[in-house]
Amino acid sequence: MDEPRPTPYLQIRHLRKTFRTFVALEDISLEVYPGEFICFLGPSGCGKTTLLRCIAGLEEQDAGEIIQDGRDISRLPASQRDFGIVFQSYALFPNLTAAKNIAYGLENMKLPRAQIQARVQELLELVGLSDFAHKYPAQLSGGQQQRVALARALALSPGLLLLDEPLSALDARVRAGLRTELALLQRRIGVTTIMVTHDQEEALTLADRIVVMDHGTIQQIGTPHEVYRYPRTPFVANFIGEMNFLVGVVAGQGWVQCGAHQLRVSRLNGLAQGTSVKLAIRPEDIVIPTAAPAENTLSARVQHHEFLGAFYRLRLAAEELNFILDLPMAQARDLDLTRQDLLPVHLPADFLHVYPS
Amino acid sequence: MTTISTTPPSWLAAKRKAARALNTEVWLMRGLILLSGAFLVTFVLLPLYELIRRSMENRQGEFVGLENYLQYFSTPALAQSFANSLYISAMSTLITVTLAFVFAYALTRTCMPFKNVLRTLALLPIFAPSLLHGIAFIYLFGNQGIFTNGVFNFLLRLIGGYDIRAVPPLPFEIQFNINLYKEPTGIILAEVFYLFPHVLLILMVALSLADARLYEAATALRASRWRTFLTVTLPGARYGIISACFVAFTLVITDFGIPKVIGDGVSVLATDIYKQVIGQQNFFMGSTVSVLLLTPTIIGFAIDRFAQRRQVAMLSARAVPYQPKPNPTLDRLMLAFCILVVLAILLVIGTALIASVVNVWPYRLELSGRHYDFSKVAGGGLDAYWNSLRMAGLTAVFGTIIVFVSAYMIEKGRGLGKTRAALYFLSTLPVALPGLVLGLAYIFFFNRPANPLYFLYGTMPILVLSTIVHFYTVSFFTATTALKQMDREFEAVSASLAVPFYRTFWRVTVPVSLPAILEIGIYYFVNALTTVSAVIFLYSANLKLASIMIVNMDDAGDTAPAAAMSMLLFFTGIGVRLLYELVTRGLKQRTQVWRQR
Repeated sequence: MDEPRPTPYLQIRHLRKTFRTFVALEDISLEVYPGEFICFLGPSGCGKTTLLRCIAGLEEQDAGEIIQDGRDISRLPASQRDFGIVFQSYALFPNLTAAKNIAYGLENMKLPRAQIQARVQELLELVGLSDFAHKYPAQLSGGQQQRVALARALALSPGLLLLDEPLSALDARVRAGLRTELALLQRRIGVTTIMVTHDQEEALTLADRIVVMDHGTIQQIGTPHEVYRYPRTPFVANFIGEMNFLVGVVAGQGWVQCGAHQLRVSRLNGLAQGTSVKLAIRPEDIVIPTAAPAENTLSARVQHHEFLGAFYRLRLAAEELNFILDLPMAQARDLDLTRQDLLPVHLPADFLHVYPS
Repeated sequence: MTTISTTPPSWLAAKRKAARALNTEVWLMRGLILLSGAFLVTFVLLPLYELIRRSMENRQGEFVGLENYLQYFSTPALAQSFANSLYISAMSTLITVTLAFVFAYALTRTCMPFKNVLRTLALLPIFAPSLLHGIAFIYLFGNQGIFTNGVFNFLLRLIGGYDIRAVPPLPFEIQFNINLYKEPTGIILAEVFYLFPHVLLILMVALSLADARLYEAATALRASRWRTFLTVTLPGARYGIISACFVAFTLVITDFGIPKVIGDGVSVLATDIYKQVIGQQNFFMGSTVSVLLLTPTIIGFAIDRFAQRRQVAMLSARAVPYQPKPNPTLDRLMLAFCILVVLAILLVIGTALIASVVNVWPYRLELSGRHYDFSKVAGGGLDAYWNSLRMAGLTAVFGTIIVFVSAYMIEKGRGLGKTRAALYFLSTLPVALPGLVLGLAYIFFFNRPANPLYFLYGTMPILVLSTIVHFYTVSFFTATTALKQMDREFEAVSASLAVPFYRTFWRVTVPVSLPAILEIGIYYFVNALTTVSAVIFLYSANLKLASIMIVNMDDAGDTAPAAAMSMLLFFTGIGVRLLYELVTRGLKQRTQVWRQR
């Protein structure tokens, strides 16, 4: 950390939440900086939605503090916290038009009618729904409903925008389009945003930083590049992207014995000799060398190959080691996969992650 | 360039101010939850406690434990009514659920024609007080009954206007005597007619939900129709059937009207309570019998609750609605069955109608409106009718408000989780409380000068409150179902926008639930109009109700005016329902635009 970071906008300290005997959140600590887009990513039941609801005040934590903008909000009810929220179901009021939904919070503040109307108009333009102001939710498409919910959440210019799986109710094509729109919108208005998702692609494309969660704990916090390139635990490695796992034993400084093979690794993370470990490498990081075989090169048999458009996915076996390799189309054209029986494969030491098993 | 990124200070200040007001909101919500609780405790739990306490006391007010119960069971006449009650309830339940199941099956699972007409006619008796069925049975099977004296004999006289003495014996005749006053058969049959629409409603709902994919799977596996029925249809409807049995059993065992009118020689628990309290002023034995009457209904209630809890959503979101396919033989058979049932229903109601508009049954069958002039008979004339209308109106308005607000607090409220769970249970309890038991419990609880609510005794408010509680549970479930269908996050969104819950309740919850709210209102109105059991202990001499007048007129031997008043209530119920349909159609069109796509 060379440059000093700004003061965090949101601080969560040692948060714990249980439902009867089930521990939903265990010692969660997290800092969110102004204007950041954070994604809580994890499988269902990992506690990500519970964490979001604690931040919103919709669930009360058993222990721990939440500080927003210098104010301790740990025990405040939701209505006294400063956030806007979009739910998976959108929770649009079905008997109010899009404009009335957006105006809902404004009207309660006894603002002049003209000011409310101007604000609603501004928000409708922001989400590109000016022509749909007087439609009821049932008359709008899923994507349009989602945008109304977003506009409603932003109506009071909240300091924090909370999104609870806002895209998961949409079909794939609409989802991709809205994802981009959401990212642009957030950058434009600069509101600090936390989104809960179980979709790694969404998290990787949208987030400034991803908080990977599992079983109520934070597994890793980092930029999309960091969590993808340097997963800190096997869970993160497995949950985000594809990953090969090989079982081995630390053989010495910078070496791991994997079955019959000795593999060089760049980072042993201080694991002592004789420790059982898991090696992990992404399918796209394994290469088929064109030059003469160097270290970490095995001879593998192609057991199966799948055509996936931009690349081939090869299922390989090097004696007792099984792994998959993604071969870019350009390279695959040069190799005749139907004829190749045995292939030399190179596992670069820099891309081999080592975890104690 | 938008200015969204900067927060206009005026808004932030406004939001902070609005948020401060929300502190009171939290207290308001808790207050309302506790108020719902106070209502249920005061009008359900405490009277019930008082009743049970009294059942263990003697005339001197000393605690005697179970002595009253022992005395009850050692009195052969009284113990006999316990057995009678169980027998009559079980038989009527069995017959009605069977008939109604076939009827509901025909309506929901076949391509039988005239479904709408048949359904409407079959549901008609729901507007009739149970007394009407009793009275009709006197005209059908009593000493001067149509069947007792011969159907053709009667028709001949009706058409020809003959005097009975002028008719020579006919060569052929449909004539039989079911010994109406001495055997339970009459009560059982009359109860079947009273129960039928209630049970039909439940079974129609149970059978209308079906997943077509299960039937396709059964066909693909070459299951026979009969096997499909046994393995798919019946299991799918089993919770509905359990519920129907519970409702039917409770309605019969707690029904007071029919045994009162025709059961002179057959005593049952419900009439025993009445006799003990009104006839012999023996409140202690009355409360003992009440608690006994409570036992089977509470057991049934427990079974039903247990069954409902096990019922997981049978119908997933992916289910494909079942569409019946034509089957000429089955459709025709079902049509014949349904027409027979409907004819029987019309016969019963028609008999009461005819009896109320002829001069002297069965001797002078010319038309006469004299039975509708209530000024000369026992009771309170037409005043009682107007009282009933007023009572029904008040019950509909206040009952709907209390039920809906309370259901909202229990379902959507925040905080006081254990209290809300307890209130949910208390809200389901009144369905197991027979009206007579409730009425007696109210006497014990409210008719004590020490009770701060003593002033309520003998007034319109207590009639209204007891009726609200009497029909509380069904209304509560209607409200809860409507509320459950609403997005769980409306309240959360409102909170995030610093909008207090009562504003969202008024602007969103109420408009969206309007159909259910109106349904609760009409349910309360119709039932308040025809109810006898709870109010018979609570009305006062200068505040008579039409339904009670029917009992009194019948007691005094004025059967025809009793039939006339029953018909008046019946047609009022139908009239109000039609009016309601008309008004709500307009209202729904204006307020439910958003439902259209």
